[in-house]
Amino acid sequence: MLLIHCPYCGPRDETEFSYGGEADIARPLEPEALSDAEWADYVFLRTNAKGRFKEQWVHTHGCGRWFTMVRDTVTHEHGETGVFGGFEPDAVG
Amino acid sequence: MSGPQFRLPAHVPMGRRIDREAPLAFTFNGETFTGYAGDTLASALLAYGAFPLARSFKYHRPRGIWSAGAEEPNALVQLEAGGYSQPNLRATQVELYSGLTAASVNAWPSVDFDMMRANDWLSPIFPAGFYYKTFMGGGFGAGRWWKLFEPFIRRAAGFGKAPAVPDPDRYERMNAHCDVLVVGGGPAGLSAASIAASRGCRVILADEQAEPGGDMLAGDRVVDGAPALDWVAATLDKLDAAGDVTVLRRTTVAGLYDDNFATAAESVGDRFGPGAPAHLPRLRLWRIRARQIVLAAGAHERPYAFPNNDTPGVMLGNAVRHYAGRYAVVPGRRVLLGTNNDSAYRTARMLADAGIPVTVADARETPPASLAMEAEHAGVTVESGFAISAVLGDRRVRGAKISRILPDGETSGAPRLVETDLVGVSGGWNPALHLASHRRAKPVWNESQACFVPDGLSALGVRAAGAVTGAESLADCLEQGYAAGRDAARAAGRTKRSRKPALKADDSAGPAPIQPLWAVTSRRPGGRKGKSFVDLQNDVTVKDVALAARENYRSVEHLKRYTTLGMGTDQGKTANVTGLALMGMETGRTPGAVGTTTFRPPYTPIPFGALAGRDRGALFDPVRETPMFDWHAANGAVFEDVGQWKRPFAYRRGGESLEAAIDREVRAVRDGVGVMDASTLGKIDLKGPDVATLLNRIYTNDWSKLRVGRARYGLMCHEDGMIFDDGVTARLGDEHYVMTTTTGNAATVQAWLEMWLQTEWPELRVFATSVTEAYATATVAGPEARALVSRLDSDIDWSDEAFPHMAAVTGSVMGVPARVFRVSFSGEASWEINVPAHRGLALWQALIDGGATPYGTEAMHVLRAEKGFIIVGQETDGTVTPFDVGMGWAVSKRKDFIGKRSYNRPDTARPDRKHLVGLLPLDRKVVLPEGGQIVTDPAQEPPVTMLGHVTSSYRSPSLNGGFALALLKNGRNRMGDTVHILKLDGGADPARVVEPVFYDKDGGRLHG
Amino acid sequence: MQRYSIISLARNALTGHRNWPQAWRSPAPKLEYDVVIVGGGGHGLATAYYLAAEHGISNVAVLEKGWIGGGNTGRNTTIIRSNYLWDESAAIYEKSLQLYEGLSRELNFNIMLSQRGVLNLAHNEHDLKEMSRRVRAIRGNGVDSEILSPAEIKKLVPAINISRELRYPILGASLQRRGGVARHDAVAWGFARGADDRGVDIIQNCEVTGIDRQGGRVTGVQTSLGPIAAGKVGVVVAGHASVLADMAGFRLPIDSHPLQAMVSEPIKPVLDCVVMSNAVHVYVSQSDKGELVIGAGIDSFNSYAQRGSWHVIEGQMGALVELFPIFSRLRLMRSWGGIVDTCPDASPILSKTPVDGLYFNCGWGTGGFKATPGSGWAFAHTIARDEPHPINAPFSLDRFTTGALIDEHGAAAVAH
Repeated sequence: MLLIHCPYCGPRDETEFSYGGEADIARPLEPEALSDAEWADYVFLRTNAKGRFKEQWVHTHGCGRWFTMVRDTVTHEHGETGVFGGFEPDAVG
Repeated sequence: MSGPQFRLPAHVPMGRRIDREAPLAFTFNGETFTGYAGDTLASALLAYGAFPLARSFKYHRPRGIWSAGAEEPNALVQLEAGGYSQPNLRATQVELYSGLTAASVNAWPSVDFDMMRANDWLSPIFPAGFYYKTFMGGGFGAGRWWKLFEPFIRRAAGFGKAPAVPDPDRYERMNAHCDVLVVGGGPAGLSAASIAASRGCRVILADEQAEPGGDMLAGDRVVDGAPALDWVAATLDKLDAAGDVTVLRRTTVAGLYDDNFATAAESVGDRFGPGAPAHLPRLRLWRIRARQIVLAAGAHERPYAFPNNDTPGVMLGNAVRHYAGRYAVVPGRRVLLGTNNDSAYRTARMLADAGIPVTVADARETPPASLAMEAEHAGVTVESGFAISAVLGDRRVRGAKISRILPDGETSGAPRLVETDLVGVSGGWNPALHLASHRRAKPVWNESQACFVPDGLSALGVRAAGAVTGAESLADCLEQGYAAGRDAARAAGRTKRSRKPALKADDSAGPAPIQPLWAVTSRRPGGRKGKSFVDLQNDVTVKDVALAARENYRSVEHLKRYTTLGMGTDQGKTANVTGLALMGMETGRTPGAVGTTTFRPPYTPIPFGALAGRDRGALFDPVRETPMFDWHAANGAVFEDVGQWKRPFAYRRGGESLEAAIDREVRAVRDGVGVMDASTLGKIDLKGPDVATLLNRIYTNDWSKLRVGRARYGLMCHEDGMIFDDGVTARLGDEHYVMTTTTGNAATVQAWLEMWLQTEWPELRVFATSVTEAYATATVAGPEARALVSRLDSDIDWSDEAFPHMAAVTGSVMGVPARVFRVSFSGEASWEINVPAHRGLALWQALIDGGATPYGTEAMHVLRAEKGFIIVGQETDGTVTPFDVGMGWAVSKRKDFIGKRSYNRPDTARPDRKHLVGLLPLDRKVVLPEGGQIVTDPAQEPPVTMLGHVTSSYRSPSLNGGFALALLKNGRNRMGDTVHILKLDGGADPARVVEPVFYDKDGGRLHG
Repeated sequence: MQRYSIISLARNALTGHRNWPQAWRSPAPKLEYDVVIVGGGGHGLATAYYLAAEHGISNVAVLEKGWIGGGNTGRNTTIIRSNYLWDESAAIYEKSLQLYEGLSRELNFNIMLSQRGVLNLAHNEHDLKEMSRRVRAIRGNGVDSEILSPAEIKKLVPAINISRELRYPILGASLQRRGGVARHDAVAWGFARGADDRGVDIIQNCEVTGIDRQGGRVTGVQTSLGPIAAGKVGVVVAGHASVLADMAGFRLPIDSHPLQAMVSEPIKPVLDCVVMSNAVHVYVSQSDKGELVIGAGIDSFNSYAQRGSWHVIEGQMGALVELFPIFSRLRLMRSWGGIVDTCPDASPILSKTPVDGLYFNCGWGTGGFKATPGSGWAFAHTIARDEPHPINAPFSLDRFTTGALIDEHGAAAVAH
């Protein structure tokens, strides 16, 4: 049972979070330009790394923010977290 | 049973942990016994002698008490009766209470005469794994033999019985955080907790026994020149006085998980039995997150094997010491101790002090001179270079043989007979590595100490101290505890300074080397008579290990699985290492090369009820109720579970049948006005300048041109192009939309939006806020709906011109701000009125008072099915595209959206996929079965060619007969065809394929 | 091979069981094989067995990095059934069940198949509709399945609570009477013994570290015991498929997750069939030893560690004692974890790959054990003929490109 360090809230129990799988899978900007195989690669194929793995989590029962975390899928040791960019809330009236 | 003749008299200075002033009567196998407060069931029974109280798993041999703790393989009992009945408890861990009732398990008709003992006499044809070699079928056809024998085997197996009635007890969970969790309250654990506390740590010390002290509870140890138990008491006082220390007695740390999360089971009311005070839970399950852990879990003594080593009256050497020292019980008149290490001498010394004749058979040719001399001085006979080679007697030890022992376990010369009725055996110590193993710290073999020790722990924030590291002296345990506590405090970031206590133990000299000895049994042909057991609970013998080796089940895991070694309720605590060492001898490998199996949680068994805690009954899962729930319940609603929600399925009036109620509700909507509680639909407020862009990417259709005050239906797909939700989104202001989702997907859709907004499109300026529970929603539908809503106290103009279909209006309804959407899931003119949740019931009541008929989800289903509207999850199942359900009109060609690219894939673009169609049974009285499989040839033998299935099917009062929606392969090109829907009991119903709109095809009623 | 029987047991008893031969040999690997199977679990051993038994290809090595049957074969809850929704799944799982029904005799090794029935509970209206669809589809495929009322369920499983007052009451169930359980280790050992008897080399403690290719064709494998040349290589490594694919230079549509299972202490018989519930997440049966064997859910995160999180077990137990209140005082004796390779459509991959002569059998998720013989049988065909058998053709890798997925998310009690 992991103790995940939410970059916004600090260390919290795993049960407060939801898992979002592998990080850095960018949605293609022009899907129509892709072959079926390239599209399948984006939709279905995953690195599923054994060892260091960059993944994304969301603090569902907390701040609700998504972030990335690097975790070892063999030892479950986890380290640096990263935040996604975004607009400043003040920008919205 | 004669009296407690094996309890030492009060004048013998032993047994200080029992209270002779507090006798407790209890019942075992129907007979009445008496013990004392402080006794375990095992110690109280042993006071009456080491008689058989259990039968073994496979051979049903008589068994007695083997140990004094958690490692007990034999003495399993069924405690209490009725709802309090508890199978498979170890008598060695059951604290005695007044009126306790226990019985033997796994014996028929009784533990004294067990018919199943026949297995023992038939054992020559029942070696390890015999069942893999027979019952294959023979001439009786596939598996017939096994079918015949399996029930017998099942009945013979198992120990105790499940209670027949539900558990009356209550269990609780506790959550705790600490700097340092100390596992084990022996010398190392107390020492560690003490120093960690003095350095300002928040400490939790968990000890599985009724009182901390560990090995010191035997009462014969000395610290700083005084009884060690004085030091224990003083340390506990100090810990109790410290501010942030929790000492958990009777608390077994059961498992260690990632990031130093520990589970621990605390026995609370349990120790009082059924008469426990009502306010106490039976057990508390602690969930502890610790910065640092000190593992001071101790070690288990292991035996070496010899023929008939399972006879009642044979037990672990140190157990003899504990029963004598702690409980003043020595269940024998003359004691033989077999050992290969120093620990037996402490036992011998204690027994000698109590005036009991003792012989020590030490396998070592030259035991430490000081020990031997001291023992002999106390009157102990020491036989050097000897080991126990046989036990005489069946149901009770009647004597033993010892033989000169060679290093490989073979004996030489004629055995010597020893007169004895109590045999203690010590083959060394196995550190309790279980918790370390839970954290994946691989044990390593320590050749000189002949035991596995933990390794690689400190990187995990765990520090081992005491006997768990292989430490054998009290001095080492105290010192290691201090070091581990100090380092843990530092690692936890506590920097307060404190002095190192100067403690002097009674054994700073340290022990002499062990001489490994696993079994005294000849592996030569002919061998020795009698079975030599390695795993007492599962009846695994030395020969079984040899057989496994012979048949190439040589991996330690194959050994375990083939012979069942270590798979019992004790998980092989006293057996595993001996078994793998013997496998090593058979195959020319060291124990380290053979390796251990992985220890798995829990360390000792935990009741299921404790794991479930309070998550039972009404608290199993929250019930979600809308603000109108009480009205529904009071007005005949039959509820259905939709996710966590309770939704009215239909409202029964008087003695009306469910079917009649649904018919009536459907008619009310078609002919007058109905009202449905739609509060459970997901509602998400979307605000910001980029909402339209988001909707364009999320929904399949185009949202660029939705004006303020208008609503639109949308389909949401995953990237694979398959529908996963649908609903209406309305635009309430320039930068304000509200999205509705299906009831079951409300949270999923909210999370879906957030995921895309945060991880992929952070540039979009959109806030998504769930407002599902902020609003109550009443859907008013039917030709008389307008008349009804017009009578509401409201500033809204309800006319068709001002409030046309698919319009969204905000205004005041009954004095509160409301959001009203003119949308229809029934095909009738329909208004969805959203008011703040606290006004939901008032609105509902006003609509009912105004003449609306309440209708439930089933009438809603009929109404929408007549219009061919899909329900996500019913017409779709994750394999259905918008095109499949005939909603290509809702798929934009001009923009990209989630899932769009997938429609060009060969299989997804096929023109003959399954399509949504309508079905009209040829016999209008028939209602097709939902889920019914569609075929063209009803006479085909299975496997039949199934072309699709009925997704929704109802009786329609409007159509006066059955009708259905279905997914049918190439369905759009089968219009007018007759297909057949298979019945479960054979035969089929013919039906005509039609367009999936059955009612008001031109939609005129929407504007009514 | 010495045949096993009650007579051979009696005969060996006379010599103290000192003359039993090895169940399988442990030879040193040869330099070259016609076929190398990577992975000595049930599926890999079955593949080797059927290659030898059905296709006459016996110059085969099974390479196992640990001990045979040590992965998911030895960690699952031993449930066998073929009550799958889609035709493609029904075909392969039913083939497997039929092979299971004759397996003890075929292998001369008692795998203790116990066809005590598998019950799938329905707890709400939606469950009932799904069950109706499923049972009808299953029967259409010629597989046995029936629907039981709560009263009929209670008769079959007296320990179960059918009170309507339950938070999620039992409204009905489907039953596959031919479903049941088998002894998982015995399946691996039986196939190993049978394959070995037909000349297959089973090499334990031999880890594959690389897949050799030349011009788009596989030529052999690198192992911890040195290189081994092979004309064809079949990879069957549940919990490690992505790692092996990476060695061969491609990716798979697979995520690996921990899946936990557990047993109670052994008690006298109290449950005579397998009970599964999708909605509240329970699956439980009682082993011949008397333990309740219970499957928990998967952990949400990717992992190659064979252990899961505690909260998954707590959630599982809450559901179990709701359905079986008399189990509350039974005790959890042991819990453990395996690694399941899950596919997006919850269906397996039995397929040729972008590399000629290299075949993958993976992605069985939580449901691999029941498929063991069928999977091995079809995979052996695929390797021997270099083309899939019709029953595994739908499970090819290209379905993720064409979109012809076989979505079986409703098939297991486990949410994939």
